[in-house]
Amino acid sequence: MSLTVVGNSIDGQASGVQQDAAADPALAKGAKPETKQATLKPVPSLIAALSATQLQSVLIGALSLVIGIVIWHLATKYNFNYFINFENVPSPVKVGGAFIVHLGDPEFYIHIAVSIRRILIAYSIAVVLGVITGVIVGRSKMARAAVLPYIEIVRPIPAVAWIPLAILMWPTEESSIVYITFLGALFPIILNTLHGVDQTPDVLIRAARSLGASKFAVFYHVVLPAALPSIAAGLAIGMGISWFSLLAGEIISGQYGIGYFTWNAYSLINYPDIVVGMLIIGGLGTLSTYLVKLMMKPALRWKDKQR
Amino acid sequence: MNADVISMYKNKAKKAAGNGKPGRIDIQGVSIVFGSGADENVAVKETSLTINPGEFVCILGPSGCGKSTLLNSVAGYVTPSSGQVLVDDELITIPGPDRGMVFQQYSLFPWKTVVENIGFGPKLAGCSKDECSSIANTFLAMIGLSKIADSFPGELSGGMQQRVGIARALANYPRVLLMDEPFGALDAQTRIMMQESLLNIWSEFGITVLFVTHDVDEAIFLADRVLVMSASPGSVIADLKVDLERPRKPEMATSDGFVELKKQCLGHIRAESLKAFEQVGA
Repeated sequence: MSLTVVGNSIDGQASGVQQDAAADPALAKGAKPETKQATLKPVPSLIAALSATQLQSVLIGALSLVIGIVIWHLATKYNFNYFINFENVPSPVKVGGAFIVHLGDPEFYIHIAVSIRRILIAYSIAVVLGVITGVIVGRSKMARAAVLPYIEIVRPIPAVAWIPLAILMWPTEESSIVYITFLGALFPIILNTLHGVDQTPDVLIRAARSLGASKFAVFYHVVLPAALPSIAAGLAIGMGISWFSLLAGEIISGQYGIGYFTWNAYSLINYPDIVVGMLIIGGLGTLSTYLVKLMMKPALRWKDKQR
Repeated sequence: MNADVISMYKNKAKKAAGNGKPGRIDIQGVSIVFGSGADENVAVKETSLTINPGEFVCILGPSGCGKSTLLNSVAGYVTPSSGQVLVDDELITIPGPDRGMVFQQYSLFPWKTVVENIGFGPKLAGCSKDECSSIANTFLAMIGLSKIADSFPGELSGGMQQRVGIARALANYPRVLLMDEPFGALDAQTRIMMQESLLNIWSEFGITVLFVTHDVDEAIFLADRVLVMSASPGSVIADLKVDLERPRKPEMATSDGFVELKKQCLGHIRAESLKAFEQVGA
């Protein structure tokens, strides 16, 4: 049952990515004329929904990206080589060309879909285990004393360092990749949950108890919502780091995954593809972090309303 | 004020106390000691007192005299090292909805709307969603804040938050209302309004109130009895009856009776402060 769910969401996300990527260059190029229209003619609803300051920051962001691409282009065009060497760096045009070619290649989507599936599995497990562990460690002194040393020791170990051991420990390549990805997401989620639980104002717990709340009710109605802003931050950071770790994990994989795609391009000296892989990773990481934040938003409505 | 709420309160309260008038507090030989050895701190020392049903009693004392600790022992947050606290002859060991608590710090749940905050006690008591919101809305109407039912606490002023806090405590139909410097963080004007509004609620409900404050005027303005507490070790050094007529008016603060009481209170507090001062000096 869970497999179909995962499959569905992969499809949904993959097509979303495709649209996004297709819309991006158009947005960057068309940004300037569109604003002039916006002030004169009836505006499209998306732009109307943004406030003047929001619109301004979107425009500055888009402009900044365009400038970055232009600098990249110039550096590769004139073979910039002064301490940093751009001679072998593919130009934006080459990367764009490679990207468009890949858009017509079904295998490219398999790479992306496989990576997203790994992220979804690893991240879901990390969310459940991370929040539960964080809450228990936050509420019980004994659990804290027992668990914190592990967190302190294991947390600084980078994902890449886990590769050999993960291969030895887990039965399949797939499970070792998921394990490495999971570890990346786990610690920020645990630590942020723990922090949130620690920050619960004591007076709110006392108030709940005087209103007749049992231990469980205090936990469910006070500690959990009080920790939610911090948990939400942990979930967003965890999502970012899980992409980070996935890439390390996918060096193991011999067949699929966007990390494998990137690594393989390097092995085949296919420089434009390296950059295509990197940008896809960046894009998916940003998009998924944004989705996590979007999902948490309704639960944090009260935070926006504070004066 | 809403007559339904009040009659409902009186019925529930009567049932809770076996048809007598409820809300009697007995503090019997209570000592509360924190820490041990060299760090030992006697916050409250062998204090005994009785607060009658329906009485409004203020505990007055300088900060750190143990007045909040004594209140917390009635609330059930602190267990006495010796002695016991009884409310309507029931031994107090843990906090419970029969004793409504209002804190100095804003203690509304910021993620619940005003209605959800007030309805939280009834919800824990097993009321249905509709019952909870109808109880909450009735109490909200009582404090005159129906307009802000769906606001979050973060959107409200300090005075409004404390009024909602009082409504939340009352929504459980408690036997006593325990208030720990509830107006301490408010500005002077809001404070006077809140004091009058509290007296109105109290006279309608006839509920027993134990109110902790370090403000002499506030204590005299509100209370039937002012208990003056001294520091280290915390104990009640004076039990003054306030014979001013009710309803109390802010103008009374300049009346002879008021001023005389204030002199007495200040005298007790000053004697204590001098003692503490000399002890430190020696």
